[in-house]
Amino acid sequence: MSDHASGGDAGPSHRVVELGVAAVMAALGVVVIIGAMRAGIGWGAEGPKAGFLPFYFGLFILGASLINFIQAWFDPGRKLFADWSQLRQVMSVVIPTTVYVAIIPWLGIYVSSFLLIAVFMRWLGQYGWRMVALLSVAVPVLAFVVFERWFMVPLPKGFLEELLGY
Amino acid sequence: MFNARICARSFLGAALLIGSFAAAPAVAAWEPTRPVEFIIPAGTGGGADIMARTIQGIVTKHNLMKQPMVVINKAGGAGGEGFLDVKNSRNNPHKIVITLSNLFTTPLATGIPFSYKDLTPVAMLALDEFILWVNASSPHKTVKDFLAAAKAANGTFKMGGTGSKQEDQIITEAIQKSSGAKFIYIPQSGGGAVAVQLVGGHIDSTVNNPNEAVSHWRGGSVRPLCVFDSKPLPYDEKIAGDLGWNSVPTCKSQGLDTEYLMLRGIFMSPGATKDQVEYYIELFKKVRATPEWADLMKSGAFNQTFMVGDEYAKWVAVEEKRHQDLMKDAGFLASQ
Amino acid sequence: MEEIGNLFTGFATVLRPFNIMVMVLGIVLGVVIGVLPGLGGANGVAILLPLTFSMSPTSAIIMLSCIYWGALFGGAITSILFNIPGEPWSVATTFDGHPMAQQGKAGEALTAAFTSSFVGALFAVVVITLIAPLVAKFALQFGPAEKFAVYFLAFCSFVGMSKEPPSKTVAAMMIGFALASVGLDSMTGQLRLTFGIETLLTGFDFLIAVIGLFGIGEILLTMEEGLSFKGKSAKINARVVWETWKELPRYWVTSLRSCIIGCWMGVTPAGATPASFMSYGIAKRLSKRGRNFGNGEIEGVVAPETAAHAAGTSALLPMLALGVPGSPTAAVLLGGLLIWGLQPGPMLFVEQKDFVWGLIASMYLGNIVGLIIVLTTVPLLAAILRIPFSIIAPIILVLCAIGAYTVHNSTFDVVMMLVFGVVGYLLKKCNYPLAPLVLAIVLGDKAEEAFRQSLLASQGSLGIFWSNGLVGTIMALGLIALFWTAIQTGWTRLAAKPAV
Repeated sequence: MSDHASGGDAGPSHRVVELGVAAVMAALGVVVIIGAMRAGIGWGAEGPKAGFLPFYFGLFILGASLINFIQAWFDPGRKLFADWSQLRQVMSVVIPTTVYVAIIPWLGIYVSSFLLIAVFMRWLGQYGWRMVALLSVAVPVLAFVVFERWFMVPLPKGFLEELLGY
Repeated sequence: MFNARICARSFLGAALLIGSFAAAPAVAAWEPTRPVEFIIPAGTGGGADIMARTIQGIVTKHNLMKQPMVVINKAGGAGGEGFLDVKNSRNNPHKIVITLSNLFTTPLATGIPFSYKDLTPVAMLALDEFILWVNASSPHKTVKDFLAAAKAANGTFKMGGTGSKQEDQIITEAIQKSSGAKFIYIPQSGGGAVAVQLVGGHIDSTVNNPNEAVSHWRGGSVRPLCVFDSKPLPYDEKIAGDLGWNSVPTCKSQGLDTEYLMLRGIFMSPGATKDQVEYYIELFKKVRATPEWADLMKSGAFNQTFMVGDEYAKWVAVEEKRHQDLMKDAGFLASQ
Repeated sequence: MEEIGNLFTGFATVLRPFNIMVMVLGIVLGVVIGVLPGLGGANGVAILLPLTFSMSPTSAIIMLSCIYWGALFGGAITSILFNIPGEPWSVATTFDGHPMAQQGKAGEALTAAFTSSFVGALFAVVVITLIAPLVAKFALQFGPAEKFAVYFLAFCSFVGMSKEPPSKTVAAMMIGFALASVGLDSMTGQLRLTFGIETLLTGFDFLIAVIGLFGIGEILLTMEEGLSFKGKSAKINARVVWETWKELPRYWVTSLRSCIIGCWMGVTPAGATPASFMSYGIAKRLSKRGRNFGNGEIEGVVAPETAAHAAGTSALLPMLALGVPGSPTAAVLLGGLLIWGLQPGPMLFVEQKDFVWGLIASMYLGNIVGLIIVLTTVPLLAAILRIPFSIIAPIILVLCAIGAYTVHNSTFDVVMMLVFGVVGYLLKKCNYPLAPLVLAIVLGDKAEEAFRQSLLASQGSLGIFWSNGLVGTIMALGLIALFWTAIQTGWTRLAAKPAV
């Protein structure tokens, strides 16, 4: 990931990402400061109030992020953050996982996990259907037995579990 | 004969089915059909946690329930997390919650939107006692000495307790109100830590529960001054020398007119039917009849009052009002 | 000596066949709990507590404490293999353990971790056996100010040494502190930084942040590099344990130092997490190969693991002698004691000799049994890394989601985990250090609590942090640790001056 600038495959520049991260952090700092001020940032007879320390945490976040922003701004390096092809690889995990996380409240964790593993193995791993079916069923079932049965830890459930009486 | 029984059973089953669809109360008694979640609105290792897990152990060991009982800690936001979960599970009879004083204090102090009225009361299992403790090397042998010294110290006496704006601080507030002495209240993360801070001399007094401080009492490093109940404790086992729980006088008899008992009770999610409440009442009656329960009561020197139904609901309402008044006077109410 | 006699009686109790069976069962369950994220030590012990009701108190505590050991051992496994610490105290183990696994040295890393854990725990048990009453008295001297000083020392010895630009270290650490302060403020009992959002009531749990930042972040980084762990082709050698053992004695200084740090932090009672960070930080500064820490140094595994276990074990001492749990897991064990009608506290050692010495004896044996069990699994565990990434990655994702969910039984936390994962990927790529962020999340609220308790007691005067010899010394040590690099440079310059 060091010197791709001259290479053929383009991607977002490292500087832009750095600037973005610093800006988001600075915004977070402002949010913390606002939240702290709502909780009270004074120093009473009972010692510091609830927002006293968070206020300074926020100030430090803001200050340090501004420094990071300025440093990134004047950074002369033209290196890439990552190739587009690399980012595609990353997104091929982020997108299925996002969908996975989104459907857990509706389908329950077991069915969602079955889908995630199946999609992942089929799409990214290009395994045969038999292997895909075996593992994508086995893992959720095993998880069910371990968590729900042995340790009695209830995990989110959907319609399938409802049908089976859980 | 045999056939008749089967008939009766399938009739019962049908009745149950119909009952659950129709709004009319079912003929047959209700029973859980899936695992019952037992919510603890406090962290692992605390008093409520120990009680709930003991109950779970008793239920499992004596086979009191056909479905398993699953204990879940939801301590976030001073227990608000747990209460909100139960409140939002309307018509789910497979969810019960054990309460401590945060049933009253958390919504008042934090503004988290729930109240005891959102839940269905089931039963009061017991009440937790509180005792005023000082370090054994402290010169204050009686409540009167102690309060006089606290007044003379002009607001520099340190009172330790568990949590902020919860039972321990409410009691401290009540003591201040009835005696006129002023304390600096220092919140700690747990009752055990509070007791050790007292032994180590970092604070001047505590209002620990009996079992939080009993081992230090037995070890001769702390001294009980009085108990915040209307009558002395009934447990006569000798603990320190020839003193036992029953030799600790009530605070009222010592000139400190403050009483406080903490609810250890069970509530259900809102919308529970009479049958469902009845089922859990019976279950807890069975739990209370076991020797394990008796051991727990003795080790914690609990007040073993048991209440159900209207009596219980009334008790909770009075307590709610009292917490509100005390917290309002102390300025503990959430500003938002 | 009376203690030794008591200990042998204890051994006799523990060596009953039933108790040995209980012990093995406990260790295996503990390892399973430690490996599965979300079933951390405290949860695991709490879940299994009712199981033990039908046993005698001694067998029950043997079982529970063995689960505790097992969980301690198990925590290192996922840290090393997948960069996912299941417990706060295994975070520092990932720093060098996971790079080692990536270089194909997972077996070495696991052996080093398990062996160091054993050494640390054993050292602590010996300390408990010999000087229990003394140590209990020492622990009594720790008020809020002293506790804050200990946290301060842990922070100082860990930060101020990273390669990353200081402004980025500060930003990351302060974000950690800010995240730690979301939710209920334990000192005033009011909510803060929640902006009226119900799901924020619980705050940001360490586990969710760490599963996301480290675990998911790592998967994303691996994807970027093209679907494979670097060390996939690593040879799996059954003799790896033996070969690593030959190498380990070289690090005896680090090991001894970490034992002492661990015991000190366990008794004080700051606990295993600060101990592991502090030990790692100090080892990095004092080791000859310190510059290479973070790239897969075996010493970087030895230091935090030894300290974490020494602390975890010695933390049981204040629990037994004073009734104050040194960790969440210890808190649950404490609850167990109460259920069995045993009152922890100063009199436990006098009145319940059988029980106490049975427990201490089970600490010796439980550790030995535990070590043997986990070492036999090393080749097996190392082989997990040979499973193709496109199979193991979704399974890790599923386990991470379960782990995140179980913290508060909330699907919102699973969403947060993914957010933390993407953030972790970005931060790592942008050269922000993640360790200070995690350290701040883990210790932030405890340190703040101690700080504000102190100020309550002193009525707002900062002088309380210098008010007696103990707290003053610890604070001074902390400052020395913080400015160590500067002091060292200054010293070298001063020493070099006459020559110029």
